[in-house]
This record gives sequence, structure tokens and C-alpha cells, in this order.
Amino acid sequence: MPVKRITIRDHSAEANLFARRSLIALLGIGALLFVLVSNLYYLQVTRFQDYQTRSNGNRIKILPVAPNRGLIYDRNGVLLAENRPSFSLEVIPEEVEDLDATLAALSDLLSISVEEMEDFRQELKSQRRFKPVALRNRLTEQEVALFAANQHKYPGVSVEARLTRHYPYGETLTHMLGYVSKINKRDLQKLTEAGQEDNYAATYNIGKLGVEKFHEDSLHGVVGYQEVEVNNQGRIIRTLEFQPPVPGEDLVLNVDVRLQQVIRNLMENYRGSVVAIDPRDGGVLALYSNPSYDPNLFVHGISSKAYAKLQSNDSPLLNRATQGQYPPASTVKPHLALLGLEEGVITPQTRLFDRGTYQLKNVQRPWRDWKKWGHGWVDVTKAIEVSCDTFFYDLAYRLGIDSISTLMSEFGFGDYTGIDLYEESDANLPSRGWKRARHNQPWYIGDTINVGIGQGLWTTTPLQLAKSVTVLVNKGTRYVPQLLRGRYQEGQIVATPPKELAPMQLKDPLNWEVVLDAMYGTVNREHGTARKAFIDTPYVSAGKTGTAQVISIAEDEEYDAEKIAERHRDNAMYIGYAPYDNPQIVVTVAMENAGGGSSQAAPIARAVMDYYFDKDKLNLVLNKNETQQD
Amino acid sequence: MKRSRIDPNRVSLWQRLHIDLPLLLGLLVLMGVGLFVIFSAGGQDWDLINRQLVRLAIALAVMILVAQIPPLVYRSLSIHFYIAGLLLLVAVLAFGDIGKGAQRWLDLGFMRFQPSEIMKLAVPMMMAWYISRYNLPPRFMHILAGFVLVMVPTLLIAKQPDLGTSLLIASSGLFVLFLAGVSWKLIGSVAVLLSGFTPIMWFFLMQDYQKQRVLTFLNPESDPLGSGYHIIQSKIAIGSGGYSGKGWLHGTQSQLEFLPERHTDFIFAVFSEEFGFVGILALLVLYGFILIRGMTIAMRAQEAYSKLLAGSITLTFFVYVFVNMGMVSGILPVVGVPLPLVSYGGTSMVTLLAGFGMLMSIGTQRRLLSRQ
Repeated sequence: MPVKRITIRDHSAEANLFARRSLIALLGIGALLFVLVSNLYYLQVTRFQDYQTRSNGNRIKILPVAPNRGLIYDRNGVLLAENRPSFSLEVIPEEVEDLDATLAALSDLLSISVEEMEDFRQELKSQRRFKPVALRNRLTEQEVALFAANQHKYPGVSVEARLTRHYPYGETLTHMLGYVSKINKRDLQKLTEAGQEDNYAATYNIGKLGVEKFHEDSLHGVVGYQEVEVNNQGRIIRTLEFQPPVPGEDLVLNVDVRLQQVIRNLMENYRGSVVAIDPRDGGVLALYSNPSYDPNLFVHGISSKAYAKLQSNDSPLLNRATQGQYPPASTVKPHLALLGLEEGVITPQTRLFDRGTYQLKNVQRPWRDWKKWGHGWVDVTKAIEVSCDTFFYDLAYRLGIDSISTLMSEFGFGDYTGIDLYEESDANLPSRGWKRARHNQPWYIGDTINVGIGQGLWTTTPLQLAKSVTVLVNKGTRYVPQLLRGRYQEGQIVATPPKELAPMQLKDPLNWEVVLDAMYGTVNREHGTARKAFIDTPYVSAGKTGTAQVISIAEDEEYDAEKIAERHRDNAMYIGYAPYDNPQIVVTVAMENAGGGSSQAAPIARAVMDYYFDKDKLNLVLNKNETQQD
Repeated sequence: MKRSRIDPNRVSLWQRLHIDLPLLLGLLVLMGVGLFVIFSAGGQDWDLINRQLVRLAIALAVMILVAQIPPLVYRSLSIHFYIAGLLLLVAVLAFGDIGKGAQRWLDLGFMRFQPSEIMKLAVPMMMAWYISRYNLPPRFMHILAGFVLVMVPTLLIAKQPDLGTSLLIASSGLFVLFLAGVSWKLIGSVAVLLSGFTPIMWFFLMQDYQKQRVLTFLNPESDPLGSGYHIIQSKIAIGSGGYSGKGWLHGTQSQLEFLPERHTDFIFAVFSEEFGFVGILALLVLYGFILIRGMTIAMRAQEAYSKLLAGSITLTFFVYVFVNMGMVSGILPVVGVPLPLVSYGGTSMVTLLAGFGMLMSIGTQRRLLSRQ
């Protein structure tokens, strides 16, 4: 290349210039490095703590670990509520990019019904965006495998394995055990108020009914924590620290599931309930309400269709044993008799001639005995044995309502029994004050007469009745009916002490004997109303029948069960206990619109007692039902 | 130069091989550091290390090869190199492959390469050749012409768009002008003009993604999950490294993949997290050593072309370091510039070492030149 330059290059000047510029460049570099290093110093030394915190915040997540729910056993160690592993498909709405597309793709992959989809959408509205919502429950193993192979296509969707509650005896124990179901907004609010929301951070289901609800605190346990290191995808890399959860307590109930199953079979065709209590400690041996339903439906979220079914006329959701309010009818005659004796209104020798009607002065309307032509001469014993109404009309008249309502409350009528269930009604023990407050009406003498045969304004729950019978057979010793028998601790049952109330004191304890003897007569003497039902029992029992009118029958009208609409038929009631001289079981039966107490309710009570005292027969029940389960 | 060592009979073995030993050692140490950090950042993947080793070997071979060619040859080839590079850049814009939203690659059938890489060397060569044809300091007309020579490839590359490379190429050319002794008055006026040019650049020349980068740079927290994520995570990594670092392979930000581009552009964050402030200072000492060595070679060179070329290559190397560390630590916007000799991969490694090859050529062959 030709050089056109003519001027002579001053090489040393150029070298000096270059050297100067180089030094200036190096100085500039030094300045820039100073800025760079200052900033790095600021980041790494001055604000180290801050960035360290943020770095840890990135990588460390605290995950709550749900405690295993306590198991529930019956008194013989039979498992009534267990935890089974179950797989469900869950969606975290926040992490899904296109929810509709994902749902569409998922329903192609795993059959998801329209109903499940609707329920999911419903659930979605009420849940927080970062909380998982179940799309499908109870995935089969094939479905789990199928999803696992395609999981990468669905960010925010995962298969979760968790222990879920299962009730192997299904309908048999529903009203007693209750069930667990998903924690909803209201539950959450309650938990927050109780300061328990952290303890439930990992918990999915909560007790909604029955023992599951009442003993929720014992059954739930204490949440554990897992401190984990996660990567940028949120995937757990390793566990840094683990504080294990404390599992819930395993509970033992007083119930004998075999007896419960016997009752379920007996009651299959009736609306009503049977309660059996051990009078020696108030332990509830059986508590069954029919119709019942499968509690397992609720565990995974009941479908709207299935739930609609439960809203039928037969009210399966109602716990008839504790919430059903029935006129006690003649079953409270022993109680009333005791009251009369105690108040001195009658003596064991007091006699009355029953013509079949009872007439008050100044009142036109006669009260009829159930036996049209009357029972003739009756004393208190016979009056109970034959269930003479007239005797008790007169007794009630002479006692007066104030005395009745005060003393009947001693048996627990008109009050909660205190059983460990939230689903309970206090029913109604009428009084002047109550009628005034409730109906704004004065108390009429006729009201008192009706109360004398356990009708009219008086209602009781079958459990209340059962409790009152335990007071009778215990001659005043009062126990609160209890479902909880004890807790398993390290393989040993630690018994829960029976809840005993202050005993009911009589001026003359012999009065107990009079009444109990009459109940013995009801079952065992010639004219006893329950004699037929209890013929040839290998044990000696005592009891009292009751037949409650559901509608009032006009004075001259004959009661004809055939003609009356099913819903207007009489309720059949029975209270009983056995063995007579050493009571171990108290049974009350309430059957809606079933007819007479002696023909309908007493045989059921007998069957329950038969099974209870024949352990071989009882064991067969359990085996039979277990094979049906599988 | 008055050094007695410059005696034709006492030429050392290294000099005979045209290798500058201190520079070579500095480069090798940095590369070694790089391998360690890549191993950690890449999730202890030996494959990654093997591939990097192959790449380093090729680059070193190229460097040694380039060092054998006397500076005189480079000088005479400067203009051809430059024109060829320019033509290739135009070709890229016309038929180049598009990768990651930018048109940078030219497919020659048997290989793909980025013509902008050629320009990284062609521009300083061309500038050094052009400016050194005249007496220093250069006259205004020559400066203007030189400026055009720099800006044409710069704009072509910025158009691809490849902001990082165009920045490096522009600075390599401007360094030649600066070292040649452009008057301060002129530098001042250009600075003023440039600040006036900024809004024009913003509204007419910059792509949306480039604007976004600048905006994100100014306030990374405004978009913590989007484009600000890189910078935030990178700052967390650096800051949480603290004074002495979390230790090799123990940087949680990188090991748990919170850091993006861990083994490439953001490798400095991994280094800072695991080796801390002390590590950074040591790393800067290494870079500083190479810088000083490069400038020493430039100052010792006897011919203006060599001086300017060596100076430009060395200073541009520093720009690499500064821009990368600056962007990773949040004082500069994110432009795709790797940390030289440490970051994984990149064709830039070969270009970079070819540049060092030229430096070595200038450093070891100056005696021969001075004789001519």
C-alpha cells in the first residue's frame, strides 16, 4: 500500500502520547472498577443479611404435616373408623395457566363426570387460589399411573395420596360416629376464632357430625412441620428439619357394633330409633336411628344428587335417637307412679275403679282409657302392668302440673342428656311457665290430664327416655349417657370415668321397688302388656310399653289402623331393662307410625336383649355382616 | 527500548514460540477458575466440562497459531479483513438464520458462525491501520472517517439485534481513536452530542426488548416474575454470598436453579455466591493482571499500528469484564455479554483468544519489526 505521508513521524512523541493515553485509560478503568467493587461490597457486605434472608426465603419452605387422625374402636376393639390411603387429583388454581384447557384435557385423560366438574367449579369459587382443590377422588391405580405419565403437561395439577377416613360399617353407625368432611369456610372461621388454624394447616377434613365432631380435638392431633429446601420449580430437594406431627388419640366407644347391627337389621323397615345403655355406668351400648345413610359419601365430598336424596321425607339426616321428639306415652307411667308415691298422692294400696273413661267435674269431655270397657279395680302396680290410663289421669290431676314438671326434670326430661354428641334436642317437658312463654296461653287442667299418660305437650327423645330408665333401675343414681369409653394410650385403654350426677333422693326408697316391681309385672305377669313379647326369655327383664297417638281421635271414633294414613298411625314405644335383679342393659325403642308398643316395639326390645345376652349369636352377626362388606 | 534482553542471541524458548508466558499463565488460571464455576453452576455435569475443555483447547490452538503471524501481516490484511467482515454482516441481514429472535448466524453449509465475531477483531485492526497511516494525534478528517468505519459495522450488528456485541465493537474502535490521542475537546463535544442522541436512539433505533431491558434495569422490582427476575435473583445470589461465600458447590441460588443463565452470562453471580467478596477481589486481581500485561505489551510495541491494536484489544477485554459484572450485579442493563474466559461456551471464546494471539504476536515479535 503506497504511503502518501511526507511529514516525518516523531516516534518518541507518539509513544509518549500513547503512554499517556494508556495511563489515562488505566485510571478510567480503575475508577470503573471502584464503582463495580463498591457496589459489590454494598451487596455482599453491607446488605448481606438482607440478601441472605431473601436467599433463604427462596429456598426454604415450611410445610405443615397433617397428623394422622385417631382411630375409633368399639368396646370390643372392633375398628369403626379407620384411615385408608386414597389418591385424589388436585388442582392448585394459581399454578394453572389455562384452567379451561387443562380441565378439558384432563377430562379426556381421566374420565371426569359432569357432576364432578360442576362440584369442582363450585368448590373453586369458595377456595383460596393457592389451595388445592380436588377434581377427582378415589383414583384407581391405573388412573394414577396414567396421570403420572402425563403430569408434565399439566402444571399445577397433581395426584395427592393421603389417608382418608373410612367407615367400614357404613350406615350402621352414622348417627353416632358422624363423619369427617372437607373443611369449609365456616369451619375455617371457627378454627381461626379458636386459634387452631395453624394446627389445621395441613388437615383436609374435619369432624362434621357425631363423635367425629364432638371429639374432634382428641381425634385430630397436633400438626407437624417439615422444613424443606425447594428449587425454583418448588420441588422439594431435601428436608432440613422435621418435627413430626402428634397423631390424634385412638378412641374407644361404649358401643357394641354387633348390637348396633342387630338393631339395624331389626329396624330396617321402620322409621325410629333404638337406644341401649349400660345402666351401671351410662355407657351407650347402641344408638341407632333409621333410616340411616352411608357416611363415607361425605368424606370425599357428597355429590349434589346424592345429597338431594338424603333430603327425603324420611329425614335420614335426623338423628332420631337424640333429636327425634316423641310423646313418651305410657312409657313414663312408672315415673309418674313414683312421683305419686313420693308426693304421697297415692300409696301402694291406693285403688281406683276404672270404667274406661275419666271424668272431671265441670269438664264435659271425658278422657278415655285405651281399654274401652276399663280395667276395673286397679292399684298402682296393676295400673302400670296393664297400662291403665284412667289411674294416671287421676294421678296427674292430683299431682298437678307444677309438681310433675319439677319432679320429672329430675329424670332429665326437658333437658339435654349431656351425651357426647352435639346433635341433641332437649325435647319438651311442659310447665305453666313454658306454655305461657311459648304459646302465650294459660295452663288448662286438661293439659295436665294428657301429661298423665305421656301425651299432649310432653315430648322426649329416645335417649332422654333411656337415661330416665337408668335412673329408675339405679334407684336414683344418675349417669350421663356417654359414647366415649376410653382412649388407647400405648396399647392400653385408659378408661374415661363415667359421668355421675348427684343422685335422685327419695323420701321413701321403697317406692323404687314398687315401681320396678310393676315394670317386672308388665313383662312377666299374666296381664302385663309386654308379656307376649317376652315369653320364654332366658333372662328376666322388666319394662313398659307405650303407644302414642300422633293425631287426636275424636271421642266416639274408633281407632282403626288400617284406615288411617300411614303417617297418622300411632308411634310404638318401649322401655325395658334386664336382668331384672342386676340390670346390665336398658333399651328404649321408638317406632314412628308402627302401631302398638306391645305388638311392635316390645318385640324389637326383646330381640336386642336376646342378642345382648347370647354372645354366640351376637358374634355371628358380626361375621355375617363383615362378609357382606366384602 | 533499551532493554538488554533484546539480543538476537538470547531469545528465550517462549519468545521463539511467540508465546507471552505471563499472559498465557493468566489466561490459563482464569480458564481453570471458569471450569470450576461451570462445574458448580451446571449441576456438576461432566459433559459440560468436557465440551468446554474441547472449546478451550481449540481456542488456545487458535491463539498460538495467530501468535505466529507477525503484526506486519495483520497490518497489511486489515482492510481486506474489514471489508470481508462488512460483506458478511450484510449477508447475515439478508440471509442469516434467526435464533432466539435475532439474526446473527450465517450458515455456510458446513458450519454456522457469527460474522460479528470477525468484526470484533477486524474493527480494531482496520482502525489501527487507518489511524496509524498518519501522524498521531489524528486530524479531524481522519477521526471523522474513522468514526464512520466504526459506526457502520456497529449499527449493522445492533440491527441484528445484538446490543452486547455492537457495544464491544464500537468501544474497540473508539479505544483506538482515544489511544491515538483524539483531543479532549473533541471527546467532550462528542459526549455532549451523544447525550442529545440518546432520546433519538430510544424512540427510533431501539427494539422493544432492548427498551424493556433498560426499563427493567432501572427498576427490576417492577417486574419480579418477568424480566426483572434475572436481576433480582442475581443480586440475591451475589448478596447472599457475603464476605467469604457459601463455598464451592454450595451456592443455593445456583444449585437450586433460582439463577437463570447460570453457566453462561450470569456465571459471575454463581462465582460471587460461592466465593464471596474475597473471591471477587481475587478474580479482579487476575483480570487486572491480564489487563496490565496487555497494556504493557501495547506500550512496549514500537510501531503505532501494533500499539493501537494491542491497546484496543486489551481495553475491549476489560469492557467485557466490566459490562458482564456490571449487568450481573445490577449497575448496568442486561446485555448479552459473557464473562470472558469464565463463562461457558460461546464462539466468542475463539475470537477472544485470537485477540490474545495477536497481543502475543505483537509482544514477542516486536524485535523483528524494529529491525525492518
